Amino acid sequence: MAATEKTIEQVNKLGSSDYKYGFSSDIENIQAPKGLNEEVVRFISKQKNEPQWMLDWRLKAFSIFNRLKKPDWAKLHFPEINFQDYYYYSSPKSMKDKPKSLDEIDPEILKTYEKLGIPIEEQKFLSGMAVDVVLDSVSIATTYKKQLSELGIIFCPISEAIQEHPELIKKYLGSVIPVSDHSFAALNSAVFTDGSFVYIPENVRCPVELSTYFRINAINTGQFERTLIIADKNSYVSYLEGCTAPMRDENQLHAANVELVALDNAEIKYSTVQNWYPGDKDGKGGIYNFVTKRGICRGVNSKISWTQVETGSAITWKYPSCILQGDNSKGEFYSVAITNNFQQADTGTKMIHIGKNTSSKIISKGISAGHASNTYRGQVKIQSSAANARNFTQCDSLLIGNECGAHTVPYIESANSDAQVEHEATTSKINEDQLFYCQQRGLSNEEAIGLIVNGFCKEVLQHLPMEFAVEAQKLVSISLEGSVG
Amino acid sequence: MLNINNLKVSIGDKEILKGLSLNINKGEVHALMGPNGSGKSTLSYVLSGKDKYKVSEGSVDFKGKNLLDMNVEERANQGLFLAFQYPMEIPGVQTSFFLRTAINAKRKSQNLSELDALEFAKLLKIKAQELNINPDMLKRDLNVDYSGGEKKKQEILQLSMLNPDLAILDETDSGLDIDALRIVSEGVNRARNKENAFLVITHYQRLLNYIKPDFVHIIADGRIVKSGDYSLALELEEQGYEKMAKA
Repeated sequence: MAATEKTIEQVNKLGSSDYKYGFSSDIENIQAPKGLNEEVVRFISKQKNEPQWMLDWRLKAFSIFNRLKKPDWAKLHFPEINFQDYYYYSSPKSMKDKPKSLDEIDPEILKTYEKLGIPIEEQKFLSGMAVDVVLDSVSIATTYKKQLSELGIIFCPISEAIQEHPELIKKYLGSVIPVSDHSFAALNSAVFTDGSFVYIPENVRCPVELSTYFRINAINTGQFERTLIIADKNSYVSYLEGCTAPMRDENQLHAANVELVALDNAEIKYSTVQNWYPGDKDGKGGIYNFVTKRGICRGVNSKISWTQVETGSAITWKYPSCILQGDNSKGEFYSVAITNNFQQADTGTKMIHIGKNTSSKIISKGISAGHASNTYRGQVKIQSSAANARNFTQCDSLLIGNECGAHTVPYIESANSDAQVEHEATTSKINEDQLFYCQQRGLSNEEAIGLIVNGFCKEVLQHLPMEFAVEAQKLVSISLEGSVG
Repeated sequence: MLNINNLKVSIGDKEILKGLSLNINKGEVHALMGPNGSGKSTLSYVLSGKDKYKVSEGSVDFKGKNLLDMNVEERANQGLFLAFQYPMEIPGVQTSFFLRTAINAKRKSQNLSELDALEFAKLLKIKAQELNINPDMLKRDLNVDYSGGEKKKQEILQLSMLNPDLAILDETDSGLDIDALRIVSEGVNRARNKENAFLVITHYQRLLNYIKPDFVHIIADGRIVKSGDYSLALELEEQGYEKMAKA
């Protein structure tokens, strides 16, 4: 509870329309030389003290990256990314000798997290959240590790998992998102710096929400985190991810890969509140967010549920997907994507039905304001093996003002005649009479918009863990500040 | 409390209010009656600050301040409440949450702290009971799939929770059956006190059997053409608007 309360308090305190997490911290960094080449890949691997097999994996990925063209299907406009303009590794100096307890962490770093409202003190275990924090490229502290390990749960930075659990990494890393999937996936595989690793053993229901907070701090730094979650048979885990970045005029690059594996009867619930810096009101700066998230329901009766609230980033390119391989497996995608000013989002999901009696559900709410562009792009694919597959898709778009755009691009492919696929889509403008009604009850224009938009998103927000839902509601309102003149 | 002086209002090129004057003091209930298109609803929207209405002449003072200078929520938080003829549906927003948001918006404008959740729940329970509102309704989305009567009851619930200085009831009686009319009227009567005032807009005298006005005004073609006490409403019912407006 405390964790979230603190965050909410932070959010509440901030009344202006500026980005709330726009501070940067004065932390001494160790950086890789600027640019992208094989040496940098080696540098990262060396900094992480990785075994040879991991370095080989990265180098292979890098050579694949060099061969692949960038994906171009999205309805996004941005200048060509010069990969040589970024730093691919940045670590606070004090992390070189890893801290053994929170007391040993650079107070500046802790202050950064305090400003973010992320407490990493052990006592917050009571809040029901275990937190892994990734600052730029390094995982700062993973709380509650000991308590979780008693249940056999592994929750640690992926860099640590490479050292401690190589057999799991070798087996599962890249098993859901092949390195050669597309160029951002290959790039991430070559230069990923840190991220979270979760393993839930058989028959264990993870008792707390596992949570990672990502933050890009250093200037011109690309963040390439890698997350791998494995839910073994009959297990359950709920995982939360939050993101912020300081205000910078330059566009920062973020290309994460997240892989989920659910075995027989396992369930993974993955929730994201993404609030990377969106750029200023004229569209200057902001994060380029190219994220590949994919889960596989490998076992029978398994389930993967993605919930995302995307309010930040200048560019969002993201399609959390489910491969429904096991019979009777289920995939869900609940999404709120808000774009304001000059933000662009092209986001959606893929549901690939392979097993029998597989079902998927997609609820997408896109809100567009200012000059922003918001596209839902989703694929539902029913393979011939997927007897009796079902999908339900609902895409609703809400427009605020006259300069923004919303687009819905569904791709439906069915190779099985008994599949049931439903698609519903609506587009509407925010209703002036609703606004007037709320204002007549004393709400400001912005409060009224926040309320109405939150109502519009309710079906999605209610799938977030409770503490997170409150924060997300505030964020929804804040993101739309200044959207109506 | 409210002084309207020679108010002229138009939408586009069309003048709707053509020099309307009205004084309402605290403790008073005024009824405004008139035929369709006479400007009744326009008056309620202009007073509450809806845009698209252009004031070309005249003034409106509310509690000693220039009402026309304030934006919609300032007017509301100063204590002006409009019970809508057609209350809006807000999908996804729970009725009780909406009420709490509205109360806290008002409290914030008065530099008061937010109403504690428990206090709010207690108050809501009492007020809802008074209006014979099923507590389950408060968990539903605001006005979504409410019947006409439920919507009007909801407006009066909001009124009694927000406790405004001046409440304008815009054809609150339309679409109500006899029982609902009685319950809604009783709700209004309970809210009456020496410090507040009501402007009750209606077509029919029937509502005024329940909410007894101190003054009755007849509006026709954008002006108040006749004012009197309750007996004027009875007279109107007998003779009809056409005759009275000419008189």
